[in-house]
Amino acid sequence: MPELSESQARAIMADFHDDPQRLIAILLDIQEASGANRVEKKSALLVSETLGVPLTRIYEILTFYSMFSLAPRGKYLVEACESAPCHFDGGETTLSHLADILGVSPGETTADGLFTLEKSACFGACGHGGAFKIGDEAYRGGSRNQIASVIRSYRENSPRLREGLAWLY
Amino acid sequence: MALLVSMVLEGAGETDPLSIKDYESLGGFAALRAAFALEPQAIIREITGAKLLGRGGAAYPAGKKWEQLLNIEGSPKYIVCNADEGEPGTFKDRRIMEAVPLRLLEGMIIAGLTFNSPRGFIYVRGEYRRLQRRLAEAIQILRDAGYLGERILGSPFSFEITTISGAGAYVCGENSALLNSAEGLAGRPRIKPPHLAEVGLFLKPTLVNNVESFANIPLVLTMGGEKFLQAGHPQSGGSKLVCLSGHVRAPGVYEVPLGGATLRDIIFSPQLGDGIRDGRELGFFHLGGQSGPLGGPADLDVPYAYYPLRERGLAVGSGAVVALDASVSPVEYLQKVAEFFSRESCGKCVPCREGNKILAKYLQKLQIPGAWTPEDERRLSDLMVAMRRASFCGLGQSATTALASAQKLFPGRFAGASAPAASEA
Ligand SMILES: Cc1cc2nc3c(=O)[nH]c(=O)nc-3n(C[C@H](O)[C@H](O)[C@H](O)COP(=O)(O)O)c2cc1C
Ligand code: SF4
Repeated sequence: MPELSESQARAIMADFHDDPQRLIAILLDIQEASGANRVEKKSALLVSETLGVPLTRIYEILTFYSMFSLAPRGKYLVEACESAPCHFDGGETTLSHLADILGVSPGETTADGLFTLEKSACFGACGHGGAFKIGDEAYRGGSRNQIASVIRSYRENSPRLREGLAWLY
Repeated sequence: MALLVSMVLEGAGETDPLSIKDYESLGGFAALRAAFALEPQAIIREITGAKLLGRGGAAYPAGKKWEQLLNIEGSPKYIVCNADEGEPGTFKDRRIMEAVPLRLLEGMIIAGLTFNSPRGFIYVRGEYRRLQRRLAEAIQILRDAGYLGERILGSPFSFEITTISGAGAYVCGENSALLNSAEGLAGRPRIKPPHLAEVGLFLKPTLVNNVESFANIPLVLTMGGEKFLQAGHPQSGGSKLVCLSGHVRAPGVYEVPLGGATLRDIIFSPQLGDGIRDGRELGFFHLGGQSGPLGGPADLDVPYAYYPLRERGLAVGSGAVVALDASVSPVEYLQKVAEFFSRESCGKCVPCREGNKILAKYLQKLQIPGAWTPEDERRLSDLMVAMRRASFCGLGQSATTALASAQKLFPGRFAGASAPAASEA
């Protein structure tokens, strides 16, 4: 399981001048740098100490906002939109293709630790046949093959492979 | 009147979003330059005359909001842009930030100048992380060109803009929850009054407007309030970005003059939605996000503008138009809506936190043949009143809007047992 080093975490906080008002941004960056898409207890303690924010408040933030996770997740978060505009426009098909291609159910991580599949609320990519997101990027829904090639481009770490595929933002 | 206009989105897709030169060639920053020669009251007079209604959903007159803030003592005053865009079916602020970010920033700088504010913040939903980086880039470009930072364009006015990221919470679109989140707290709404104009970000007087509202400000000043009003509907000037999704052939963001297009135009015109896919019929449509009302084929000829829609029990809201074909069960649809609200309720107050969960269960029960009783009917109606009246913020208060409109639109379907089978036809 990848872990964030103390110096990395300190550098992230320094980017925000150790400012408690930037707590959410700091935790987002710590989560991103963690390699496992989560905020470990160790990091939460360090942030609490450095910023002078009570640990309970750190955990309030980590549990209030849906983008945070305490449990380790895959390097890439794969999110299928389940809000109404996508749900009735192919969202269920997109989700079942994703589950099938990745071989996991929503909430699970692939054995290689690369992908975690999740259902998500609307992320502003409506009107595209059940959109899904991988990390920061959103894609339109499509056939199983189309979706599989998007996934493959991440697996093989080849942005070139997904050129022109179904990228929305 | 043309069905489509190019006002807020002028230059979108045709110009480099990060090129000041491109933006200036379309008249960009002329409004800001003009604003330096105007008194704050004169700027606000144009906005009031333009009848620019807030584009974030609540349709509060921007002129009135600005005037209230102007009349409040206290400094500094902060300028906050609501780019949380969490209403399902809404993606127009994303379009503005992607394609014409400089227009949004110009609007914010004009606001800063009007209130002699030192700082503005753009609160962008966490899911738009790539956009946050782009906005930060646009801000840096303006800083380098002297449009932001110290002594803007050689004047005594200095102004900075910073982006702030959300982290996944629909309720943070509510403006007081947004400010809490911007301060690094959990995004639960604040009690009002005091209004945010008096006690806002860091307890200072604060202006909160939506992305599209800010992006309209330069247009209001270059066109003048009167012409801006004429470009729209007599009670609400300008254009509206419509986010069309669902089962239309051509989903996307379209800019229509307010009052210049009907819902029929939006869903069926070949220039816009181009009708329902796969040769199916329109069943119903959902306006303004999950917190908005449903409408049906009989409502199609209502002009798309704030007041005509309101008179029909409909709403512009965020600009979302989700058109569903006749195969979609309204009860099933409403259950998805209830699930959304119960997922996104912040949990601060009981009517919303518990109410939305119970609502989702009732909607499930409605789908079980023969399960619905008159007692359920009574309880559901009490629950809806309690949620609407006793919820702490707009989320809980409007969570039943869609259901209430659907009960009128499909009288039989939501009263299973008391009006059996026949209603399903
Ligand atoms: C639950 C809830 C969610 C909201 N979400 C948004 C949003 O995502 N974006 C937005 O601009 N306004 C949203 N609003 C409306 C804002 O509270 C506020 O009215 C708006 O930002 C004011 O700007 P405007 O007058 O320019 O529209 C939301 C309101 C509620 C109650
Ligand atoms: S209505 Fe109450 S529980 Fe619901 S989001 Fe608003 S404050 Fe939170």
